Amino acid sequence: MLMVESLDCGYGATQVLRDFSLAVDRGEILCLLGRNGAGKTTALKAIMGLVKPSAGRVLVDGTDVAQLPAEAAPLHGLGYVPQGRRLFAELSVAENLEIGLMAGDKAGRGGPAAARRDDALALFPVLRERLNQRAGTLSGGEQQMLAIARALCLEPSVLLLDEPTEGLMPAMIARIREVVEELRRREVAILLVEQRVDAVLQIANRVLFVENGRSRETVEAERLRAEPALLDRYVGVGH
Amino acid sequence: MDFGPFFLLAAMEGAVGAAVLAVTALGLSLVFGVMRVVNVAHGEFYMLGAVIAWWVTSLLGVHPALGFLAALIVSPLIVGAIAGAAERLVLTRIHYDPEATIVATIGMLYIIQQAVLMTYGPDARPVQPPFDFRIQLPWFGYSGYKLFVILAAALLMLAVWWGLTRTRVGLMMRATQFDRETARAFAIPVDTVYGGVFAVGAMLAALGAVLVTPIQQAHYLMGHDPLLLSFIVVIIGGLGSLRGTVLAAVIIGMSDGIISVFFSPTLAKIIATLAVAFVLVWRPQGLFGERPA
Repeated sequence: MLMVESLDCGYGATQVLRDFSLAVDRGEILCLLGRNGAGKTTALKAIMGLVKPSAGRVLVDGTDVAQLPAEAAPLHGLGYVPQGRRLFAELSVAENLEIGLMAGDKAGRGGPAAARRDDALALFPVLRERLNQRAGTLSGGEQQMLAIARALCLEPSVLLLDEPTEGLMPAMIARIREVVEELRRREVAILLVEQRVDAVLQIANRVLFVENGRSRETVEAERLRAEPALLDRYVGVGH
Repeated sequence: MDFGPFFLLAAMEGAVGAAVLAVTALGLSLVFGVMRVVNVAHGEFYMLGAVIAWWVTSLLGVHPALGFLAALIVSPLIVGAIAGAAERLVLTRIHYDPEATIVATIGMLYIIQQAVLMTYGPDARPVQPPFDFRIQLPWFGYSGYKLFVILAAALLMLAVWWGLTRTRVGLMMRATQFDRETARAFAIPVDTVYGGVFAVGAMLAALGAVLVTPIQQAHYLMGHDPLLLSFIVVIIGGLGSLRGTVLAAVIIGMSDGIISVFFSPTLAKIIATLAVAFVLVWRPQGLFGERPA
């Protein structure tokens, strides 16, 4: 579904990703694991076209989106839940969702807007009571739900989530995990950046280790559960 | 004339000025709010709007009402096209760098001003008002056209408010304003939005100018005061805040009109500028502006 082939990219003269590759299938969760600054967030931004790669390809269902302008990525079915949520804090919850719906309409994806919206709200019913509230006034967990719901409004075939559980309460983390699992059942390809190793082991199908901007090995999550020693090598001790 | 009626007259003059100022300043506020571009050439788009209005009405030579209506449509379109082209040719090339855009728009200011001087000349030329209706109050008669200006400006503001808050294009503009990168991740063509916002900002200035030409004459230096007052309004109201812009335009426009009638226009400008200084000291984000995070 999503294939990244030998991507090189960086900010200005600083190269962040080198020969970075990955592949995610429909109905699969691939987790990126690595130390801070390893290039996980940059990898997601590069896939979304927000950081222009200097070499390599980003194939979504066979189409290379790496050379297209950033606003083309969502039109090919890429949904993005950025680090720190990045909601339009001044806009209402409904307007934030509307932005996702607009992207879906442009892409001509999925069903009618109303159905996509109901679908996203069905996963996070609490948002329905907050539709007219300013997004910036929601609690942290609700903001994260909104960030995910906004991305779901375009009915993505690939969903990129950058640390969706950062700083949330356990109950909220569990809810978000359930939703991500539900999306996997709906055959969405999911690329997840997550710091907490225990969470990764519970949810991932495969884990890709990222080190110094390079994609290292991809390991089945099951194997990692059996051999936690592998973890030490890439994410260090203490996890 | 007694003080009461005299004050009423001054207030009505102030209200007309406030109405035109609100429309013009809204354009400046929109451009700054969405694009973070300080458009020093805004006053020249205003002047261009007035000059084109004169040109359209005198070229058509039809009934004043028809000519005015044509100017009201044609002038903003031409000014919008020029502004859009300038945005594509200049501002995109300098990547909206804050310092560079100020210098670039100063350049635009002189290019537009001198181009108008070379073609239109140094004369001030009037546009005939679309109708000659006078409202007779017990103390004095008042131009019906001036009241029309207030009404038209109010309608324009409502239209802009509606467009910004109730349409998808407006939502795209606001999303771009708050988070450019995330907007792009949701298929919002930020470059097109920028071009459009710059053009719409200039069109609002042109609309304000078309409304004003039957009262004031079109002249190649007429853009200075509106630029200064627009900046004052935008700073007092809070950058990028629609409500603040309208409220500050009413305050500044009214006080400008009233003080000009009773004392002198220069004193009015001094007081307005002083007000900006006080706002910057005590409430730097403006009356309705968001405090930067």
